[in-house]
Amino acid sequence: MEQKLKSKDLLGLADVSAQEITLVLDTADSMKQIVQRTIKKVPTLRGRTILNLFYEPSTRTRSAFELAAKYLSADSISIATATSSITKGETLKDTAKNVEAMGIELIIMRHPVAGAPHYLAENVSASVINAGDGMHEHPTQGLLDIYTMREHKGRIEGLKVAIIGDIMHSRVARSNIWGLKKLGADIILSGPPTLLPKEMAGLGVNYTYSVEEAIRDADVVNVLRLQKERQDAGYLPSLAEYHKYWGVTKERLALAKPDALLMHPGPMNRGIEITSEIADGKQSAILDQVTNGVAIRMALFYLMLGGKEDE
Amino acid sequence: MREKARIMDKEGMGRALKRIAHEIIEHNKGTDELVLVGIRRRGIPLAKMLRDFIREIEGVEVPVGILDITLYRDDLSLKSEQPEVHKTEVPVSIKGKQVILVDDVLYTGRTVRAALDAVIDLGRPQSIQLAILVDRGHRELPIRADFVGKNVPTAKKEVVEVRVAEIDGIDEVLIMEMD
Repeated sequence: MEQKLKSKDLLGLADVSAQEITLVLDTADSMKQIVQRTIKKVPTLRGRTILNLFYEPSTRTRSAFELAAKYLSADSISIATATSSITKGETLKDTAKNVEAMGIELIIMRHPVAGAPHYLAENVSASVINAGDGMHEHPTQGLLDIYTMREHKGRIEGLKVAIIGDIMHSRVARSNIWGLKKLGADIILSGPPTLLPKEMAGLGVNYTYSVEEAIRDADVVNVLRLQKERQDAGYLPSLAEYHKYWGVTKERLALAKPDALLMHPGPMNRGIEITSEIADGKQSAILDQVTNGVAIRMALFYLMLGGKEDE
Repeated sequence: MREKARIMDKEGMGRALKRIAHEIIEHNKGTDELVLVGIRRRGIPLAKMLRDFIREIEGVEVPVGILDITLYRDDLSLKSEQPEVHKTEVPVSIKGKQVILVDDVLYTGRTVRAALDAVIDLGRPQSIQLAILVDRGHRELPIRADFVGKNVPTAKKEVVEVRVAEIDGIDEVLIMEMD
């Protein structure tokens, strides 16, 4: 059977079908086995070229994309904005057109402005993967989170997933919600009222301001990173207070099902949104998420860099 | 596509595989260090049948692995859609082993070329040998089989269809002709 993603780009999980998500997850299953081999390399994408274009800092996401390209034998280059012509005022479109002229076939972009990858995708014939745009979406993180849940629980349908923290500013939360809803999970959000807009309920999810209520009987607890600058912006009285009311601790995690999975997209603020005791504990899938992140990106490269019909 | 000839039935396939099992044992002077690796998809049930014959003859259980060669194909950039990738599952280390690759039909040799690369990425075996149920000719690469069930001269417009009970509900080999 041959198959394909419908769009040339992956801009958000809002735009992909349940069937396409499942295709990516199934393909990632086969890719993960390559990541676990001694010789982590297959020749599949020899001669294909990929660009990482990061307008925001990143450790995990960028290394996962770079390793995924290497494991599939694609050539990838990275542009960090601070050392590029972008500081000389080159526009996004010009940067993209130039790298495309050099033969780049797939562009991975992280940008502080929501919609920037969409703008890029409309202006280049190369494929574009959104690696996080503003407060909008981070689809590859959503996919690797869903993959990790499916790997541990064997299914997504009917799982109770609690997403805890700064929902409002979180692109990870949005991609999780879109993807998990499509696959039939029950989602409950929790966080401080200042960071949990009621409008999120419009996405077909439940919410509660009680973190205990959200975690009770959950199959998965996905804890979001608290961006410390939120305190200065007046959303929080103090980080200590956030920890007291919203931090996920051993006692709170005990309210979830006994085999519940604890997840966090990183980087963690230990002792604020999550305690070290549980982050390093046996329910934690946080490092699995990182390994799976490579497999998910390999699956996307494989599916998106198919040949062209006219070749 | 219509059926032109039935060249093997269940008994015929069994006899050919049993002979191959004997030849494998003879060539390798026993079953030490043997690993059977079936190429997806119909190489897998054939490898299991060879394992069963070897058990019958020598009383030894030889490990069977599964090789998926999708990521090693040389025609990926020619296709508009990507073929489905499955897992490669080889249960033992192949380092220093005698690896017997098993497939249903040997034709252009491109699948075997991909399989050789895929095996070597898993480790360095002592040797790789090739067991094939039907060799239909028309090689495009310098590859030959060590163990052959049946040599069948074919025309390029013909298709050799190997059916196995595990997948197709019946053991038989047919020559089909395109209309």
